[in-house]
Amino acid sequence: MEVFLQQLINGITLGSIYGLIAIGYTMVFGIIGMVNFAHGDVFMVSSFIALIVFLILTSWLGVTSVALALLIVLVVAMIFTSLVNWTIERLAYRPLRGSFRLAPLISAIGMSIFLSNFVQVSQGPRNKSTPPMIQGEFVLFTKNDYAVTLSFKQLIIWGVTAVLLVCFWYLVAKTKLGRAQRACEQDQKMAALVGVDVDRTISMTFVIAAALAAVAGTMYLMYYGVVSFADGFVPGVKAFTAAVLGGIGSLPGAVIGGIIIGLIETMWSSYFSIDYKDVAAFSVLVITLIFMPQGLFGRPDVEKV
Amino acid sequence: MSAEASSARNTLALAVRDAAITALIAFGLLLPLIGFLTVTDIRNELILTTRGPLLFAFVGIAGFGRLFYSLSIEPWLRRRALRPATPSGEMTWPRWFAKWAALFAGVIVSLTALIFVGRTLYLIRALVLEPGAGPAFNLMASVLLTAFFVGLAFILLRGGDKGLQTVSRLTMPAGAGFLIVYPILIVIAVGFGASVKWIDNFGIQILIYVMLGWGLNIVVGLAGLLDLGYVAFYAVGAYSYALLAKEFGLSFWILLPLAGVLASFWGILLGFPVLRLRGDYLAIVTLAFGEIIRLVLINWVDLTSGYAGISGIPRPTFFGVPFNANDDGFASVFGLEFTPIYRTIFLYYLILALAFLTAFVTVRLRRLPVGRAWEALREDEIACRSLGINTTNTKLTAFGIGAMFAGFAGSFFAARQGFISPDSFTFLESASILAIVVLGGMGSQIGVACAAIVMIGGTEIMRELDFLKRIFGETFDPTQYRMLLFGFAMVLIMVVRPRGLISSRSPSVFLKERKNIGSDLVKEGHG
Repeated sequence: MEVFLQQLINGITLGSIYGLIAIGYTMVFGIIGMVNFAHGDVFMVSSFIALIVFLILTSWLGVTSVALALLIVLVVAMIFTSLVNWTIERLAYRPLRGSFRLAPLISAIGMSIFLSNFVQVSQGPRNKSTPPMIQGEFVLFTKNDYAVTLSFKQLIIWGVTAVLLVCFWYLVAKTKLGRAQRACEQDQKMAALVGVDVDRTISMTFVIAAALAAVAGTMYLMYYGVVSFADGFVPGVKAFTAAVLGGIGSLPGAVIGGIIIGLIETMWSSYFSIDYKDVAAFSVLVITLIFMPQGLFGRPDVEKV
Repeated sequence: MSAEASSARNTLALAVRDAAITALIAFGLLLPLIGFLTVTDIRNELILTTRGPLLFAFVGIAGFGRLFYSLSIEPWLRRRALRPATPSGEMTWPRWFAKWAALFAGVIVSLTALIFVGRTLYLIRALVLEPGAGPAFNLMASVLLTAFFVGLAFILLRGGDKGLQTVSRLTMPAGAGFLIVYPILIVIAVGFGASVKWIDNFGIQILIYVMLGWGLNIVVGLAGLLDLGYVAFYAVGAYSYALLAKEFGLSFWILLPLAGVLASFWGILLGFPVLRLRGDYLAIVTLAFGEIIRLVLINWVDLTSGYAGISGIPRPTFFGVPFNANDDGFASVFGLEFTPIYRTIFLYYLILALAFLTAFVTVRLRRLPVGRAWEALREDEIACRSLGINTTNTKLTAFGIGAMFAGFAGSFFAARQGFISPDSFTFLESASILAIVVLGGMGSQIGVACAAIVMIGGTEIMRELDFLKRIFGETFDPTQYRMLLFGFAMVLIMVVRPRGLISSRSPSVFLKERKNIGSDLVKEGHG
C-alpha cells in the first residue's frame, strides 16, 4: 500500500511531464494531421536551453533565490524554444503542405535526427548533470519504516502543470486565436474563406506546442537534474503514446493519457521489472493503436474516398 | 529612369531588411546552444563558457546568405516564373535540371577520363621502353577504367533527352558491370594490403545498405506502407544466424535461407495486427515493434548476452573451405599465398549476389499480379478494395518479402562482422535505411542504389577527409557531423524534391510503348 501510494505520486509527476509534451503532439496532429516526430527533440532542446539559462543566472548573475531563477528559466526557455519550433515549421513543414502524406513525417524524422545531433555536436555527447536545484520533501506518513513522501519538486511540477493547463484551456476555449485554431482543425479551406489566417494559426500552434514542451523540459531538468542529447526520443515516443491513448486531437485526453502512461511506467517498474518499463510503454502504444485507434476521448476517423 | 532606380533601391532595401531579420532569427536560434558551451570541469561541476566568434560567424553566414538569396536567386526565380509557360514536350524544370546536372557531371567525368588516358599512354610508353618489366595488369585496368570514363563522359556530354535516355538505359548494365569488376580494379590499383579498406568499408558496407534499401523499397516504395521498424527484421536475421551457428554449428549456407524464413515469419507476425492501420499510425506502430525487439535483445541476457553482444560468430566458408592460414584453408587449397583479402573479396561477391537477387526478385515480382496489387495499394487503398484485391494478403506478402531480404542481409552482416550487439539495430538505423529509400525516390531501384552510395559512401568518405583537420585544427572530427548532415539532407530533399532523386516512375505494364511518368502526375492516396 505504501509503495503503491508512493508510486502513485511519482507516476502523476512523470505523467504531468508526458502530458505537457503530449499536448504538442495532439495539437499539431489536430490542425495539420501530421505526427510531429521532432517534438520529442524540441523538448530535449528546451531542457538544454533551460540548463544554460539556469547556469547563467546562478553562476554569472548570482541569483540566489531558486524560485526567482526557476521562473526566469521557465519564461526564457519558453521564448527560445518557441522560436526554434516556429523556425522548424517555417523551414521544414510549411513547404510540404499539400505534398503527399508521408512527406512531412519523413521531414520531421530528418529534423529529429538533425536536432539531436546538433545538440550532440554543439554541447558534447556527455550527460550534463546539475546539482539538485530544490531539496526537501513532505513526509505524508510512515508505515513499517517506509516513508511516503511528496517532494517539493513534485509539488512544483503539479502546480505548474495545473496552472498552465488552466491558462492553456482558456487560450483554446475563450480567445480569438483558440477559435481560429479550432476552425482550422475542422476545415482549413472554410476557415480561410471566413477570414482566418491559416498559416499564422498553424505557426501559433507550433509556438504554443513548443512553449508547453519547454515547460516540460524545464521540469524534467529540475526533477532529474541531468540531460543528454539522446533524451528526446524515448520521452517523445511515450508522450506520443499518451496523445494516442487519450485520443489524438483531444486536449484533456492528452493530459489524462500522459498521467496514465506515467502511472503505467512507474507501477511497472516497481511491481514487475524496471528493465522492461519501456517495453510496457511501447506495448501500450501498439495495443491502443490496434484496438482503439480513436483513443479514450477521440473522434472516430472516417475513411473517405 | 527614376522609377526604375527607386524600384531597384526598394529591392535593395527590402533585401537588407530581410537579411537583418534572418540574422536576428538566427541569433535567437543559435544564442543558447552555440553561444554558450556547458563543460564539466575538474571538480565535476558544470560551468559555462562562451563562444562569441562562432556564434557571430553563423549569424553572419545566415544574414549574408539571405542577402545573396534575395539579390540573386530570388529575381532569377521570378524571371523564370514570368517566362511564358513551356508547351508540353519542352523542358520542364526537372528535366532541365537533369540536363545541366548531366553536363556538369560530363565535364567532371571527362576530366577524369583525360587523366586516365594520360596514365594509359604513360603505361604504354613504359611497356614499350622496357618490355618485360611492364605492369601488364596495371595497363589493362587502366585501359578498362579509361574506356569506362570516356564512355560515361560521352553519354553525359551529349546531354539532352537523348543522352538521358541513353544514360537510363545504360545505367543498369554499366553499374552492374562496374560492381562486378570493382574488387579486381581496386586490388590492381592499390595492391593487396591497402585494398581491404576500399572493398570492405566502401564496397561491402554500401552494398549491405543497397540491399536493405531495396528490401525496404518493396514495403515502402511499392506497397506504400511506411515501416519505421525495418531494422528489427535485420536484427532477427543477424541473431538467428549468430545463435544457431554458435549453438548448433550449422553452416552459413543452411542458415542464410533459414534466417530469411525466420525474419519473414516475424514480418508476417508483426504485419498481422497492423493491417488496419494506415500512414503515420502504421509508421509509429512499426517503430514501436522495432524498439520492443531491440529492448528484448538488450534485456534477455540469457539468450543474447545483452549489451555485451555475441562474439566469435563463425565466419562463412567458401563452400566448405574456410578462409584461414591452415593447410585446409582457402589459400593452401588453391595454391595461393595467404592474405586476409580473399575473405573480403568473397564476402563482397556474396553480398553483391544477394543484392542482385533482391533487385531481380523485385523486378520480377512487379510484373506479377502481387506486384501490381502492391502498387495499386500504394496509389489508392479504397479503390483497390473495390476492385476485389485482397488487401490483407497483399500487405502481408509485402511485409513478409521485405522482411525476408532484411533477414538475408542480417545473417550476412553477422557472418561478416563476427560480432553483433543490440547497438547495431537502433531506430537510427531504421531511419537511415528509410532515408535511403525516400531520398532515392520511392519505388526506383536505381535511385535507391544511388542514394545508398551517396549517403553511406559519403559518410565513409568523411572518415578520410584528413585535410579538414588542417583547416579546423586537430580536434576536428568530421565523422561527428555525419548524422547531422544525414538529418539535414533528409529535410532538404523532402523540401526541394519530395519525390526523391529519381521521381519519375516507369510503369510495369504498358500499352504499346513504355513511357516514364513524371512526378507531377504521381500522387498517392494514403501513403
